[in-house]
Amino acid sequence: MKQFQIFVQKEFKHIARDTRTMMILVVMPVILMVLFGFALTTEVKNSRLAICDMAKDEITGKIHDRFAGNRYFTLTAECSSVEQVYEAFRKGEIDIALVIGSEFSQELGHTGAGSIQLLIDGSEPNQASTRAGYAQQILMGFAQEMAEKNGRSIPYNIVSTTRMLYNPQLKSEYNFVPGVMGMILLLICAMMTSIAIVKEKETGTMEVLLASPLPPFVIIMAKLVPYFAISCVNLTTILLLGHYLLGLPFAGSMPVFLGLSLLYILVSLALGLLISTLVSNQLAAMIISLLLIIPTIYFSGMAFPIESMPTVFQRVSTVIPARWYVSAVRKLMIQGVAVKYVIQETAILSIMALVLITLSLSTFKKRL
Amino acid sequence: MKDNYVIVAEGLTKRFGEFTATDHITFNVKEGEIFGFLGANGAGKTTAMRMLCGLSIPSEGRAQVAGYDVATESEQVKRNIGYMSQKFSLYNDLSISENLKLFGGIYGMGRKQIKEKTHTLLTELDLIKEKDTLVKLLPLGWKQKLAFSLAIFHEPKIVFLDEPTGGVDPITRRQFWELIYKAADNGITVFVTTHYMDEAEYCDRVSIMVDGQIKALDTPNALKAQFRANSLYDVFLSLARTATRSDS
Repeated sequence: MKQFQIFVQKEFKHIARDTRTMMILVVMPVILMVLFGFALTTEVKNSRLAICDMAKDEITGKIHDRFAGNRYFTLTAECSSVEQVYEAFRKGEIDIALVIGSEFSQELGHTGAGSIQLLIDGSEPNQASTRAGYAQQILMGFAQEMAEKNGRSIPYNIVSTTRMLYNPQLKSEYNFVPGVMGMILLLICAMMTSIAIVKEKETGTMEVLLASPLPPFVIIMAKLVPYFAISCVNLTTILLLGHYLLGLPFAGSMPVFLGLSLLYILVSLALGLLISTLVSNQLAAMIISLLLIIPTIYFSGMAFPIESMPTVFQRVSTVIPARWYVSAVRKLMIQGVAVKYVIQETAILSIMALVLITLSLSTFKKRL
Repeated sequence: MKDNYVIVAEGLTKRFGEFTATDHITFNVKEGEIFGFLGANGAGKTTAMRMLCGLSIPSEGRAQVAGYDVATESEQVKRNIGYMSQKFSLYNDLSISENLKLFGGIYGMGRKQIKEKTHTLLTELDLIKEKDTLVKLLPLGWKQKLAFSLAIFHEPKIVFLDEPTGGVDPITRRQFWELIYKAADNGITVFVTTHYMDEAEYCDRVSIMVDGQIKALDTPNALKAQFRANSLYDVFLSLARTATRSDS
């Protein structure tokens, strides 16, 4: 045990003395979080709104006031015709427009259903869908309140037809943060661990360690400890940044989330270990680890929804650890579901960890 | 089997698939001896040495090092040996004393013992002022001497040196061999591979490997007499010419 301790100390010294690595380990997650996080949130808050109210009666006036008073929207233009709305879009003055037809209130009164058109600048898909969501929510809330006030048992139905301008096949993208977490942890654990181990092979110190009475298992474990610790620090940073800076909700159970993250870290470390047994120089280790990032971005559901992929790619995505982690994190963080809904993800990640560790330890031994 | 043999190899063989790297080698090394293990590149020296250090399991035959079987008792073997690899084997980003502390710790030495030995060793090498210098800042010759001192820091019975003087100038090599002699005087058996024939002359006995087999084994003088050669260099050449294996 004492040997193990001395060894772990040595690993920490290696990391601390390599300023460049240290910077990558500590600063990169922060930069990535801020980059991805802000790309997602900042502008959605102050969406510039134009209202084209052709009815101008009591009901549409209330809708107008609702939007004007909402903190997500800033009313920047009042238009009297659709042409004016398009003109404002072209000039880049507005992000979203609400077009209310002159018959809206009458329709609503007679049939209980009215339709409103939402025009949205779709060139920034993420924000566009978020804006559409906000606007629809406001309209729904309004319809419900009005129904209650008038004593109607069936709520009014305000149908909003959304049209995306400039990017009609808007891709639905979820919050990036779970994906970023999956990526950062994978990058740090897999890349840094594999590089650290391969470095010892390259410099010849691994031979000396193997010729010492230290069991290979201890050498490996001692290598993993510092990166495990750093990953835990990263996890905390990401969570704090996500929550306080980006205002990410945290709906689910924290212990379950942490447990799951530790499991994912373990999978990534094992992956790094496996890489280190397969290659013999640091460059190769780095390239292979970076190659892991590509499938992680494409197949984890971080950027593209898995459900809309062709079946072949959906199958491919099942072997990507990040897919399961991202899916579970979304459920836990954003939807706040109960533990039983993430059992599948947990089980799959556990199996992956087990397989990878067994595989890498056996290849490590074989190389002796 | 005599008691004072610290390395006993009998028909030691290692195969990698079809290729036989080390082919039934049999030899003994006496306690306190400096044993030179010669051979061209690819002759199987390093493979043989790795088996003796417990780093690689023999395909056939057996070997005892410090009284323990290399295949079944590799941990005890490792406890009793020191090893200096072909590549430079200290940690560049640790200081001299940190390297010593690390390896002392790995071999289970106590903190106090490490401290005392570090002091004695660095005084001997005249490096006490550089105690906290990072190893990467030292000249190569110093590093090599340090690496050797590290390999015998835990006072092993046998030390294995795999081409320890590659790339070092003649003066430093001479100084390095003085360290080896000193270790041998203290009762440490030295098993050394080398390419330099002048170094081979310093050994008590040398063996010459060709194509995985030991083709000659005796004291330098006896070998010269046997091959009617003026120097070990000529002995080596006449044997190495018979090799069929190309440089790997």
